[in-house]
Amino acid sequence: MIEPGLYNYWLCVILMMTGLYVVMAKGNLVKKVIGLNLFQVSVIMLYVTMGKVEGGTAPIVVEGAPDTIYSNPLPHVLMLTAIVVGVATTALALSFVVRIHEDYGTIEEGDIAAMEEGR
Amino acid sequence: MAIIRLHDLFAAVMLLGIFSLLSAALFTLMDAVDVAFTEAAVGAGISTILLLGTLALTESEEKPEHNRRAPLALLVVLLTGAVLIYGTLDMPHYGDPAAPIHHYLADRFIESSPQELQIPNMVTSVLASYRGYDTWGETTVIFTAAIGVALGLGARRRSRRQLQEEERENKGGRA
Repeated sequence: MIEPGLYNYWLCVILMMTGLYVVMAKGNLVKKVIGLNLFQVSVIMLYVTMGKVEGGTAPIVVEGAPDTIYSNPLPHVLMLTAIVVGVATTALALSFVVRIHEDYGTIEEGDIAAMEEGR
Repeated sequence: MAIIRLHDLFAAVMLLGIFSLLSAALFTLMDAVDVAFTEAAVGAGISTILLLGTLALTESEEKPEHNRRAPLALLVVLLTGAVLIYGTLDMPHYGDPAAPIHHYLADRFIESSPQELQIPNMVTSVLASYRGYDTWGETTVIFTAAIGVALGLGARRRSRRQLQEEERENKGGRA
């Protein structure tokens, strides 16, 4: 049942679930954004581990060595895009947090809900 | 894991930065050098700065609260994790050259992109040429996010300034 070749996926699953737990269970909005970031890095890690080839090297051409094994460049490209998009969404989320703090004076979800009910 | 328990948000942000840097080192080990330096610059650098800026504008202490949702969240997380791990059992092993992901497109990129484009770095050639539209879409996403941030934070400032001007006009009228 224990397969050593699958540890990389399990590490990603554990990281991903940590991020998901933070997003669901924490009331602090900045903490939620941190959880989203954790989740995102775990997905990136999943793709990068899939792109690794045993005995391979980074996908940059080695001159004069035609039978070099290269790791798969495709997941790397996709993840470059994902990292940058992730930062864009993080920036947007944080700007919303700042905006919420300007209006409500708090970044705790529970406090905001209580204020809304009190209105 | 410590990130969950910490109530000091400043320390949590710092830990996230360290985590980002460590994962960048891990990416280098797995031959993804381009991803590694993007993660180090963008993930560990810019994200940390953005988070710190937010903390400076808001507050840097999390309220210690006993959360009623925590057990439910833990249950959901454990269930989802178990299902995901069950799903990995028939995945190709780490570093297996026969895995389906390494065939079809990847072979073609590795074999012909150095001749077709004369760029030694395959990641660059795929990013900028074969999947150029993807990168173009990515810049669109960043632009949209920038507009969103500007609208969200900029509108407030403007309305405050208008209020001040109106007050000044009212005072001027009275005098």
